[in-house]
Amino acid sequence: MSTYDEAIKKYDPVLGLETHVELSTNSKMFCGCSTEFGAEPNTQTCPTCLGLPGSLPVANAIGIESTIRIGLALNCSIAAYSRFARKNYFYPDMPKDFQTSQYDEPLCSNGYLDVLVDTEDGTKPFRVEIERVHLEEDTGKLTHAGGTTGRIHGADYSLVDYNRAGIPLVEIVTKPVPDTGEYAPLVAKAYVTELRDLLRGLNVSDVRMEEGSLRCDVNLSLTPKGSKTWGTRTETKNVNSLRSVERAIKSEIERQSLELDKGNIIKQETRHFQEDTGTTRSGRSKEVAEEYRYFPEPDLVPIAPDKAWIEKLKKDLPEQPSIRRTRLAKEWNFTDLEMRDVATLGGVDLIADTIAQGTSPASARKWWAGELSGHASKAGVELIDLKITPTDIARIDALVNDGKLTDKLARQVIEAVLNSEGNPDEVIKKRNLSVVSDDSALIPAIEEAIAANPDAAAKIREGKVQVVGVIVGAVMKTTGGSADAAKVRELVLKTLGQ
Amino acid sequence: MSRITREEVANLARLARLDLAESELDEYAQQLEIILESVAKVGEVSTKDVKPMSHATGLVNIFREDITKESLKREEILRSAPASEDDRFRVPRILDEE
Repeated sequence: MSTYDEAIKKYDPVLGLETHVELSTNSKMFCGCSTEFGAEPNTQTCPTCLGLPGSLPVANAIGIESTIRIGLALNCSIAAYSRFARKNYFYPDMPKDFQTSQYDEPLCSNGYLDVLVDTEDGTKPFRVEIERVHLEEDTGKLTHAGGTTGRIHGADYSLVDYNRAGIPLVEIVTKPVPDTGEYAPLVAKAYVTELRDLLRGLNVSDVRMEEGSLRCDVNLSLTPKGSKTWGTRTETKNVNSLRSVERAIKSEIERQSLELDKGNIIKQETRHFQEDTGTTRSGRSKEVAEEYRYFPEPDLVPIAPDKAWIEKLKKDLPEQPSIRRTRLAKEWNFTDLEMRDVATLGGVDLIADTIAQGTSPASARKWWAGELSGHASKAGVELIDLKITPTDIARIDALVNDGKLTDKLARQVIEAVLNSEGNPDEVIKKRNLSVVSDDSALIPAIEEAIAANPDAAAKIREGKVQVVGVIVGAVMKTTGGSADAAKVRELVLKTLGQ
Repeated sequence: MSRITREEVANLARLARLDLAESELDEYAQQLEIILESVAKVGEVSTKDVKPMSHATGLVNIFREDITKESLKREEILRSAPASEDDRFRVPRILDEE
């Protein structure tokens, strides 16, 4: 029996997830600096986000509105009165020496998100309850210099880029989720997937795990079967892909069960997920309770959302992702299973956008869920992170339908687009990839193939047309797949008097 | 009766990254004691009818539009930093945190 199966036989996992979402506002939360990703270091800072004396923050209206919309979409109650708080700590990722956050008065609380998980007894719903949704600001980015590992141990000093400091960050905290048993890793993954789709539907964030606009911390504890007291939990940080969410929980269940089996106790600590091994590594110990000395932020006035405003935001919420998926599956003629696969891949919007540009639903699904998902998983990224757009796919599909590309050539074009060689038309031109349907270009290859296969040629001349595949195959091989097979077949038959 | 103990002063010093000598703990405990006593006087005022507040103006919902403004020039901000390298602020490493 695997370590995991044994762990699940003896212990009940209780999981919890803290998800940080960077909002896609134009400007930072409390100042007018741009939030654009990928800018030169320290080019998006000002006296307010650098915490210079005399500067005063003012809250970004869209930041507040987006947070309330997220809360509403997660079935939360919206606070009638909410305040920002200072979370005080000394670490150079915040130039102010505190982070503006929320403490005992979050904007949203007590919600839930339902997710579906495939179990041995079929698809089962799990409810993940939401403790709170609050608004804070992101921190700067540290690079540890010197040393060799890039981690802080062994580093001589750190370099800080404050472009990210002050970008609105929404923290979504679940309540502890018990009773998921062996499905704990899948429930966690389904939750983050569903949350990502919900946030994308709300259009409040890019939700790109690769770029860090959606980040996950995973809490996990094990309770011996039959016991009523939950075990000590660990918090695993740096879990930055959907697959990692699943792996981190699985590996933490295995690690904790082995420790408990040995009679050791689980230390309350922060652990770090390591992408390469799929395991967690011990980080900061939490034996000394963190003391952030929170207090209400005196430079920002409280938020008292108007009831009518909340009602309006609620009314204007987009269709829930699960309801939308059901509707689209019907529209696109996808089975439940096909739709769920597409959703897990994060491909619903990509397929919708591709269809909107004229591609048939079946083809759009074939390209994204069949062809591109392989590229994504090989590269260890999400579909949406691939350097190819629905426009590119719609174009490639149209070229295939017009007989200008074979499936094989289309795959080459896709690969080239993924390698940033240009858009499909540019790639086709540069690599000279169009289908050879010009008869004169095909004739030499056909003659060569006939000469190389005299037996087959003789049979065709006698009327045994079914062996034509041998010669067509040979032609396709010499032309490197760039010929239109139907056209070749026609020409071969014509040449052989059929 | 002393409201603040040596241990509390030591913990505050740790949080504030202050390196206090043993002898200083008593000294600061006494000084903090005087400060706390002075602040405690505020508690003598009758505030039965006053709601707790964190802001003196009584205003709520003051927001700004989501519009970008020009940021500071990088040269300018790095010039004020004690040390910089590679267009970034250079800071001492901090142990045991990540």
